[in-house]
Amino acid sequence: MMTSHPLIRLLDRGAVLFPVVLAAFAVVIPVLNLLTPESSALHLPTYFVALFGKYICYGLLALSIDLIWGYVGILSLGHGAFFALGGYAMGMYLMRQIGTRGVYANPILPDFMVFLNWPELPVYWYGFNHFAYAMLMVLLVPGLLAFVFGWFAFRSRVTGVYLSIITQAMTYALLLGFFRNNFGFGGNNGLTDFKDILGFNVQSEATRNSLLVISCIMLAVCFLICRAIVTSKFGKVLIAIRDAESRTRFLGYRVEAYKLFVFTVSACMAGIAGALYVPQVGIINPGEFAPANSIEAVIWVAVGGRGTLTGAVLGAFVVNYAKTFFTSGFLAPYWLFMLGGLFIGTTLLMPRGIIGTYNNWRSGRSEATEAKKSAAKEDGAITSPHAAE
Amino acid sequence: MTDTTTAKPKPAKIDKQTTSALLYLDGISVSFDGFKALNELSFIIEPGEMRAIIGPNGAGKTTMMDVVTGKTRPDSGEVFFEAGTHDLSQLDETEIAMLGIGRKFQKPTVFDMHTVEDNLNLALKNDRSVRATLMWQSSAPQEKRIDEVLDIVRLKALRSRVAGSLSHGQKQWLEIGMLLAQEPKLLLVDEPVAGMTDAETQQTAELLKEINRTKTVVVVEHDMAFVRELGVKVTCLHEVSVLAEGTIDQVSTNDLVVEVYLGR
Repeated sequence: MMTSHPLIRLLDRGAVLFPVVLAAFAVVIPVLNLLTPESSALHLPTYFVALFGKYICYGLLALSIDLIWGYVGILSLGHGAFFALGGYAMGMYLMRQIGTRGVYANPILPDFMVFLNWPELPVYWYGFNHFAYAMLMVLLVPGLLAFVFGWFAFRSRVTGVYLSIITQAMTYALLLGFFRNNFGFGGNNGLTDFKDILGFNVQSEATRNSLLVISCIMLAVCFLICRAIVTSKFGKVLIAIRDAESRTRFLGYRVEAYKLFVFTVSACMAGIAGALYVPQVGIINPGEFAPANSIEAVIWVAVGGRGTLTGAVLGAFVVNYAKTFFTSGFLAPYWLFMLGGLFIGTTLLMPRGIIGTYNNWRSGRSEATEAKKSAAKEDGAITSPHAAE
Repeated sequence: MTDTTTAKPKPAKIDKQTTSALLYLDGISVSFDGFKALNELSFIIEPGEMRAIIGPNGAGKTTMMDVVTGKTRPDSGEVFFEAGTHDLSQLDETEIAMLGIGRKFQKPTVFDMHTVEDNLNLALKNDRSVRATLMWQSSAPQEKRIDEVLDIVRLKALRSRVAGSLSHGQKQWLEIGMLLAQEPKLLLVDEPVAGMTDAETQQTAELLKEINRTKTVVVVEHDMAFVRELGVKVTCLHEVSVLAEGTIDQVSTNDLVVEVYLGR
């Protein structure tokens, strides 16, 4: 049986371990931030809470990329678009919550619309004052875009580098669109100056900690969904598609339906990540659509180890921590060189990434005992025509 | 020599509505950028038949399989399945596979990262929809079916091995096993014994004969000893159309076949 495979058992342990680690973060960080005095050596500053929350959101984005890249081989270089769309949906809700506290004190129109002399709210902004509607849009807008995009791309059997290029074109087109003032999303400046989320001040320590906890929960939930997908028979079909697409087709599987489903799920997850990101960093602007952002997210997955789920999240943490660390020192001007070097280094020296290399090393160690076992098994089947080989 | 081996036979137009053939090809032409890969190819396979297709490289054997399985659309001609009920030229790979046409590739193509058992599980005749595979649970009859196939292709001892670690011959057998698990009505087998030892070749011939008891089989092969071992009707393709058809003895003594393919 598949479940007796040692590598799978290890992953099963990981499936429990990962949400436990996240839960530990979700408890320890708020405790150290809220319940310890500022003079204490154990006290965590509030900026750290926000920073960690941001990493969690990046981790979720990386997870969504790993689901399609690691398991189906769809290399999306435009996943930042789904992240940003989720972020904009959340941003629109937060803008509507500002109400009369804006510079122009208009109860309906966000400041940038007043500034542009817009007489009334555009239709597509309707409903965003309701939290539930905005959250629905967080899932629906990226999901729908991914569905329509994927429907055309996968049906026409666009694969490999060509698919990567058109995903990039997609995010670039959105970047240009959102930069325009008449698009109705604040143009160049994007959406910012948020005040409340569900009546709580977005700047307060309690809200920041709550957002961190919610981010950890969402990451754990999405991780478990991804796990359920990739360990099911559906997941085996995905790997089959990744490794031998036309063979899978000749077996009678509708490859485009499989790709479309998983691509849409992945886009929804990226949207959730974006929605959690925006209240924690306090701004969403068209820069989030920049192709470079999407490529960077792919690097996180490569560094952590594609096709491992946990590796993607780990990669997002490692690379972003390095980014925070190096861009705040004298090495700041060289960060992009380091990022490029990291990607090349990973590809050349550690093509399976951190977790992949670790798993390999683990299974390599247990291989000696495994080999003995299977040798004994094959001896038992000496009548087999292949035993002699 | 009998009249079944007349060179370049012009098959009489068969009314597709009345044909009893499982597979019916009439006047199939395919060209790639002006290069003719198939030219007016016609032949029929009766239900329950096993047919060997021979011919030199570039004779169109693989292209013929591509046409039947929907990978390549013919420029002209007709391909029908099951006594003319399904027009294969209008369907795609997935639909054709679901009708019950299974294909083994020339180069053994198994899912390297999956175990032998999972390879068979993926091939097993089942609902192929996204929903069904998401909700899929292992069941006793399916386990039993996998056991049966593993027995037939003699890979039982290797069931939990990763397919990528199998030898070339084992992969060929696994792929035949996957075909069996699919339970197709028609099996298209492309060079099943390429790269096999003599003993393995012999066993593969036995295996295919065994399979032919319940299924229709089309085998494309270069190995004449293997074709002789099968002892079935042979179609020889040459320069992208049918050159001769008959038993192995008839075909192998056909002057044209000897000239273009077997050599004197």
